[in-house]
Amino acid sequence: MDILEKKTLERLANNVRISIVESVYSAGCGHPGGSLSIADVITYLYFKEMNVDPKNPKMESRDRFVLSKGHTAPALYAVLAERGFFEKEELKTLRKTESRLQGHPDMKGIPGVDMSTGSLGLGISAACGMALSAKVYGADNRVYTIVGDGESEEGQVWEAAMFAAHYKLDNLVLVLDWNGLQIDGPVAEVMNPTPHDEKFRAFGWHVISIDAHNFDEIEAAFAEARTVKGKPTAIIIKSVKGKGVSYMENACEWHGQAPKEDLYKVAMEDLGKIAESLK
Amino acid sequence: MADKKATRESYGAALAELGEKYDFLVLDADLAAATKTGMFKKKFPERFFDCGIAEGNMMSVAAGIAATGKNVFASTFAMFAAGRAFEQVRNSIGYPHLNVKIGATHAGITVGEDGATHQCNEDIALMRTIPGMVVISPADADEAYAAVEASLNHYGPVYMRFGRFAVPNLTSELKNYKFEIGKGVLYREGKDVSIVANGYMVHLAVEAAEMLAAEGIDAEVINIHTVKPLDTELIVASARKTGAVVTAEEHSVIGGLGSAVCDALSENCPVPVIKVGVNDEFGRSGKVPELLEIYGLTAKNIYEKAKLAISKK
Repeated sequence: MDILEKKTLERLANNVRISIVESVYSAGCGHPGGSLSIADVITYLYFKEMNVDPKNPKMESRDRFVLSKGHTAPALYAVLAERGFFEKEELKTLRKTESRLQGHPDMKGIPGVDMSTGSLGLGISAACGMALSAKVYGADNRVYTIVGDGESEEGQVWEAAMFAAHYKLDNLVLVLDWNGLQIDGPVAEVMNPTPHDEKFRAFGWHVISIDAHNFDEIEAAFAEARTVKGKPTAIIIKSVKGKGVSYMENACEWHGQAPKEDLYKVAMEDLGKIAESLK
Repeated sequence: MADKKATRESYGAALAELGEKYDFLVLDADLAAATKTGMFKKKFPERFFDCGIAEGNMMSVAAGIAATGKNVFASTFAMFAAGRAFEQVRNSIGYPHLNVKIGATHAGITVGEDGATHQCNEDIALMRTIPGMVVISPADADEAYAAVEASLNHYGPVYMRFGRFAVPNLTSELKNYKFEIGKGVLYREGKDVSIVANGYMVHLAVEAAEMLAAEGIDAEVINIHTVKPLDTELIVASARKTGAVVTAEEHSVIGGLGSAVCDALSENCPVPVIKVGVNDEFGRSGKVPELLEIYGLTAKNIYEKAKLAISKK
């Protein structure tokens, strides 16, 4: 990836992070930590990898995206707004009664949302259904889903992993956000689902492990996934939960709460500095 | 006497025949031989996908297929479709109002020898709490077939309940029968008591009405194959006329047809309602005719409860 393109993506990802913090702050609640950890990969998906059209969000030939870890909706809404599916101003209505931006993604009401998710373990299966449908009906679109590391404790994730390999869904790419933290503490202590790479390989998947915050690695991984035939691909992204906001980084308590005014300002300063550095 | 056939047989036959006319996929969870989706699989192997013994995944996969605009049926036993996969049906299918048809077989006590773990008496109660879900419990083979075709012409989630045990095909003897989602079928007009039944209990309701007629009691028999949306108009009109109601279902008396009828009547026409169904208890292993006796799912019980309802007027 050339330097200019990388910088553009990094700027967009930082914008997405700013939108995440602003929308969660405005809502007074929500899930910033796991939204910030996937900001880079979701930016890459919507700006580089996926065939989508903000002016025609239901375009039949579009690639599909399912946010299986649906509680990180702020990241999805932020990138959809950044990409032009709706106005960024609307992000401030997140979780409010009159808003269409539900606490968890709602495909009925929000342009660009391909699947309603939120209950963990369900999204990956829906992504399998979309990928199977594309195969059966000869559509050449691809399907992407982001699954949380904590989410991988759900048995259904592995039911779906079996299904995807069994039906050779090579048009499906799963991104596993390995940020290492869940509500009750470190994932390894709550209920250790690792090693993800070995498990997915054993389930018949092609597995790639990368740094979640390095666009060169992200690009290479998705490019590699396109070359894989006869099996689905899992990209395990080693991420920092709360990435970009100093006090949220690797801090379990920022899984599911909004900053108050003083810490909101700190977050904005942190992200503002990153924006400066990318000029 | 009408021919006897299990509604699950009719479900399988309907899928296999309608597969020629309509474009849809069928999913099953290692029960194709029992749910009878195997009949479709044999004819259209390229449109059939076994999900293995993983019902939760199957329901969410079905949702994903429907999200791409394609028609899909998902089949397993009622216990696993409505019970185990309740949350997947609610959140993956119901909440986004996706066009998934759920064919749930082996519902109720007529599962027989497999016993309580497989006798789902709660599926109607569970499914009808999901906003936008259509819930259908056909009375017999012809009605089951008609329900499957109607579901294909309806956009949105539909839960269809089929039985393992053969039931007389009364629908074939009805004149001007037309299946319409949400519309009850009047089997017999009467003025003394209304018997509102569905599924396996419909033919027993007709039998009970004949027993009552022998004693000069004129019972009205209504088949409410669609529990949701409920044909409130027909039920209320009947209750207004007769002043007493008995409901009959092969399901728990908690949350099923009887409860739905009580909901409708308590608001619109409060009359005595006696519910015939499985009381608040689990089933057990046994031969179906014996189980039907034990759990009171008989024409005689409906007949007795009809007299009880009349006495409360």
